Amino acid sequence: MSTPRITVNGDEVPLTGIAAHTTTLDWLRDRGLTGAKEGCAEGECGACSVLVARPGIDTATEWTAVNACLVPVAALDGQEVVTAEGLGRSTDLHPVQQELAVRGGSQCGYCTPGFVCSMAAEYYRPGRGSTGSGNGGGSTDHEHGPNGFDLHALSGNLCRCTGYRPIRDAAYALGLPADDDGLAARRTSPPPAPATTRVVADGAEFVRPADLAEALGLLAGHPEAEVVAGATDYGVEVNLRGARAPYVVAVDRLPELREFEVGDDAVHLGAALTLTEIERLLAGRVPLLDELFPQFASRLIRNGATLGGNLGTASPIGDAPPALLALDAEVVLTSQRGDRRVALADYFTGYRTTVRLPDELIRAVRIPLPQARLTAFHKIAKRRFDDISSVAVGYALDVVDGVVARASLGLGGVAATPLRALATEEALVGRPWTEPTVREAAAVLATEGTPMSDHRASASYRSAMLGQSLLRLHARTAREEAIA
Amino acid sequence: MSTLSERPQHAVVGLPLPHESAALHVTGEALYTDDLVARTRDVLHAWPVQAPHAHARVTVLRVAPAYDVPGVVRVLTADDVPGVNDAGVKHDEPLFPSEVMFHGHAVCWVLGETQEAARLGAAAVEVDYEPLPALVTVREAIEAGSFQGAQRHLARGDADAALASAAHVFEGELEFAGQEHFYLETHASLALVDEAGQVFVQSSTQHPSETQEIVAHVLGLASHEVTVQCLRMGGGFGGKEMQPHGYAAIAALGARLTGRPVRLRLNRTQDITMSGKRHGFHARWRAGFDADGHIVALDATLTSDGGWSLDLSEPVMARAMCHIDNAYWIPDIRVDGRIAKTNKTSQTAFRGFGGPQGMMVIEDILGRCAPMLGVDPLELRRRNFYRSDHTTPYGQPVRHAERLEACWSQVLATGDVERRRTEIARFNAAHPHVKRGLAMTPVKFGISFNLTAFNQAGALVHVYKDGSVLINHGGTEMGQGLHTKMIQVAATTLGVPMSRVRLAPTRTDKVPNTSATAASSGADLNGAAIKNACEQILERLARVAAGRLGVSVPDVRFVDGAVRGLSARDERLSWEEVVHDAYMQRVQLWAAGFYRTEGLHWDSEAMYGEPFKYFAYGVAAAEVEVDGFTGAYTLRRVDIVHDVGDSLSPLVDIGQIEGGFVQGAGWLTLEDLRWDESDGPHRGRLATQSASTYKLPSFSEMPEVFHVTLLEKAHEDGAVYGSKAVGEPPLMLAFSVREALRQAAAAFGPAGTSVQLASPATPEAVYWALDRARAGHAAARVDVDGVPADREAPVPAVQGRG
Repeated sequence: MSTPRITVNGDEVPLTGIAAHTTTLDWLRDRGLTGAKEGCAEGECGACSVLVARPGIDTATEWTAVNACLVPVAALDGQEVVTAEGLGRSTDLHPVQQELAVRGGSQCGYCTPGFVCSMAAEYYRPGRGSTGSGNGGGSTDHEHGPNGFDLHALSGNLCRCTGYRPIRDAAYALGLPADDDGLAARRTSPPPAPATTRVVADGAEFVRPADLAEALGLLAGHPEAEVVAGATDYGVEVNLRGARAPYVVAVDRLPELREFEVGDDAVHLGAALTLTEIERLLAGRVPLLDELFPQFASRLIRNGATLGGNLGTASPIGDAPPALLALDAEVVLTSQRGDRRVALADYFTGYRTTVRLPDELIRAVRIPLPQARLTAFHKIAKRRFDDISSVAVGYALDVVDGVVARASLGLGGVAATPLRALATEEALVGRPWTEPTVREAAAVLATEGTPMSDHRASASYRSAMLGQSLLRLHARTAREEAIA
Repeated sequence: MSTLSERPQHAVVGLPLPHESAALHVTGEALYTDDLVARTRDVLHAWPVQAPHAHARVTVLRVAPAYDVPGVVRVLTADDVPGVNDAGVKHDEPLFPSEVMFHGHAVCWVLGETQEAARLGAAAVEVDYEPLPALVTVREAIEAGSFQGAQRHLARGDADAALASAAHVFEGELEFAGQEHFYLETHASLALVDEAGQVFVQSSTQHPSETQEIVAHVLGLASHEVTVQCLRMGGGFGGKEMQPHGYAAIAALGARLTGRPVRLRLNRTQDITMSGKRHGFHARWRAGFDADGHIVALDATLTSDGGWSLDLSEPVMARAMCHIDNAYWIPDIRVDGRIAKTNKTSQTAFRGFGGPQGMMVIEDILGRCAPMLGVDPLELRRRNFYRSDHTTPYGQPVRHAERLEACWSQVLATGDVERRRTEIARFNAAHPHVKRGLAMTPVKFGISFNLTAFNQAGALVHVYKDGSVLINHGGTEMGQGLHTKMIQVAATTLGVPMSRVRLAPTRTDKVPNTSATAASSGADLNGAAIKNACEQILERLARVAAGRLGVSVPDVRFVDGAVRGLSARDERLSWEEVVHDAYMQRVQLWAAGFYRTEGLHWDSEAMYGEPFKYFAYGVAAAEVEVDGFTGAYTLRRVDIVHDVGDSLSPLVDIGQIEGGFVQGAGWLTLEDLRWDESDGPHRGRLATQSASTYKLPSFSEMPEVFHVTLLEKAHEDGAVYGSKAVGEPPLMLAFSVREALRQAAAAFGPAGTSVQLASPATPEAVYWALDRARAGHAAARVDVDGVPADREAPVPAVQGRG
């Protein structure tokens, strides 16, 4: 294991004097690279956005925007990072910087370097501007530009000054990278391989093992270990609640946790694939998840967040569980004793507790095939995108000859754990998919769980939203039938 | 026409230019206060010890354990204050309190070699508290009679008599929330002490002179021993007008005591839990209308939630009372204003400064009463517009009132409003689960500080021997483009290219005794002061040039870097030549400029006078679509025509209008401050104290179609180059969104449904509103034929939250 080092804006720099929890943002700023800012320290505002060279799907490398405030700098050992300063200088602006500058895309300028990096990631996204590749290619609507720019790329960046219109116009004015663009060329060769890392400071340790076997060995020896993948939750604990885990194991680049397979009887999603990667790899093959992705936090978060992390933290308001519950997903847990599969419905045991043992890792999520034909994901929140749900409902139904043959409903935000709406399922199965049945079932759904009142929503709104959700789904199918 | 507003040909003002720092912004090269830390050696970091009670007495403060934490250098307490232990100008804000007045109040501060050391040191400080009863809501304060500051009374005519004889009288109650500024850059200060003991504080402040004053009085120094500099701010919005002073004072105190630079930067949680916000308000009102829907009388009592100390609550209330009329002629009116004292953060300035809260009341009244009057809400508003022969309730003539009508009719035309309204009606008839609504609302906003003394400004303009120009002025840059405009003003006045002009950071040792950059007045005041300084220099240069050109002094012209006589064919000298000659002739090449706004007078006790130089006008039309299952909505289209006078900088002004509008929409529809109002252990704690719980508008809240037009032929006589202020007024155009949501919610019910809408109109609030409408809620339906029956059956009180 060599001294950790990072390549920042082309310069290789040793990582010295860092603590296990030191964030990439603090490290950059201490080095004088103060372009990236701290606006919230929890991955909500994007003022800290920087680019990281990550394994690509359509090209060897993709420039991926992440929240530098969340990612421990030790996790970037051996990696390549580009900040706003590295994209261009005030005397020689990058095309993204040029468009933002001349169109009034900056006012106070504090959020701007973060916007620049998020926008640059989308600028360099392979296939942008052509049709077919991932979301956004070619289509023009309220969330996509004529140049294929997907506005969701900026959903994790907040601006308090402009009202966003000039930023959108800048994004939609971008052309394709020039032939001599070094960052564009960088995409054709592979990204740096993950380094094996060990940082020990102030009685705490950050470790990136080489492979799964080593990782499981570390977990077996360290029941107190904090397992970190995208750090989108861990980083918040570090920054906002002062959490200082004594032993951190990074698993986000373990190949065994990054497998992807669409088989005959199941879709296998490696637990350390990011949500962005899953979205791109699935390419619409699981429609329910396709509905989930744009509503799951923001692009910046999805570039780091993993299903393993979302299920590992076991938050009752996580967005993936209601969808995965509806899909009858299984969790694959692995340890030195081998693999075991647990139905997701049996996985949660209480508020943020699960059946996972301290020495186990979530290896994968398996979604059985064939999928139900009628699926939906309804998320209720104050803000349309990048918000935490008040209530979320995942639906997977089969309606055969007008009768509900199968119904799986996953709920979030209405109890201490995500849960299946079993009573509602019972009220639906075997009954005709008609308004009277649906009204009855909606009344049942409105009583599922034990919603509470908090700053996001009142208990009565949450209950009402459960019932309304089923009515909304039925109205949609009725409308589709009318159109068909 | 005064010469102040006269604009020369080939003026640099009026050109649509990007922000002067745009290239620095996009590359991350622009420096903000906390970025300086990386360039400063041996900096200490400050961290607060925040109280976990809404109200409590500090009985014991044990700081010794903090010193056991490695890296802790010093704990600052009240005993360390050499001057006055106070962070405000009203002397009611102890910097180190012995009585905790709100949840999160900082009782002392720890300095550490690292932020981590300071944080752990703060956690080690032991404080014993004796909890005291706390008032958390404005209603609790009203019931307890807990008020602070002056109670004001504004009246014209006889509101009671007019209400008694009105054809229709309605009454209601309304409570609406404040707003967190959420500037992306949190409060930050970096203080240093020089070899003579003078204090230099870099601070993210909108009001460097007052920051200087407070630092001086805390340290027991004179003002000339303290210099405050503000490079730029990452947003201010009023939140850095009064609030930075205490933090700057802590940093300065730490620097004085340790001899080392001290950095105090709040993280987001600290910033939200400690700094003041827009005032939430409670309003009780009675409104009378004649048979044609003209407002004949208004009687209202406004109670603002001032939080624990007075801060700017009095002028905020004055502005609220002066804007309860918004754009409408109300012949007989009585408004009472009072400030509740609660155990919350000390609420403060926020873009609009009470104006939005005042307007909220009248716009809510019109939105609710239109269906009950049987008058279309668009027509009801237009019918009540001020005309130019009217005066406001406080006695100021409504000059240029015809611009309301001009903006309104232009929005109607360019927004294609009538056709779209027909289309919306058709859409709504065909869609049981989705409804659309379109609303138009006007803005009339008074420009100038209500307190007349603040309407002054200074500038310092240097012309160097090589012809380059350096300008200083008292205003601060927070993203609003003030510096861009000031460079344009200087280049225009001097007749030189913009590349010859550089602007130096705002510092109190360059221009003293400045007013806050606030009240939208930054460009008006500082622009006029810069123009004044430039004109002094030009006058001297003209004498130098006249001799060489052989023309008389009044005929010398400075255009595009050349100096010539009246005729363009005459000999031309370069600007640099003239400057060089002037130096050789020992002519002063620099000048201090000054400006005071003429014609203002205001009796704050009588609430009478002419406090405003002029009014800014604007009109917005907003169209929304509401989902009947959830109350979720989208903002489909917004059309705005806004009066900025003759724009100094159109790209900047359009940015202010768009940004203000979206910020206003955030306040009215999304941003939801929630305090723990229970009797539990966390009573008084702000529940929404982070970006994940307090949601700002993001891309998804931007109008899908957004047309902003500046009103043409809008020259403002008496303001710099004919321009008008733009910072605050557009925020209030966002009432169109709230009213459009009301329209859409009403469309779920029977025709003529009057909708009560909580504020902010979150999806949940909209859902309950449309659910009541859909249920044909008895109280929501009004028989418009029943003549004065509504007087006996007042509509139920508007609920604060759904």
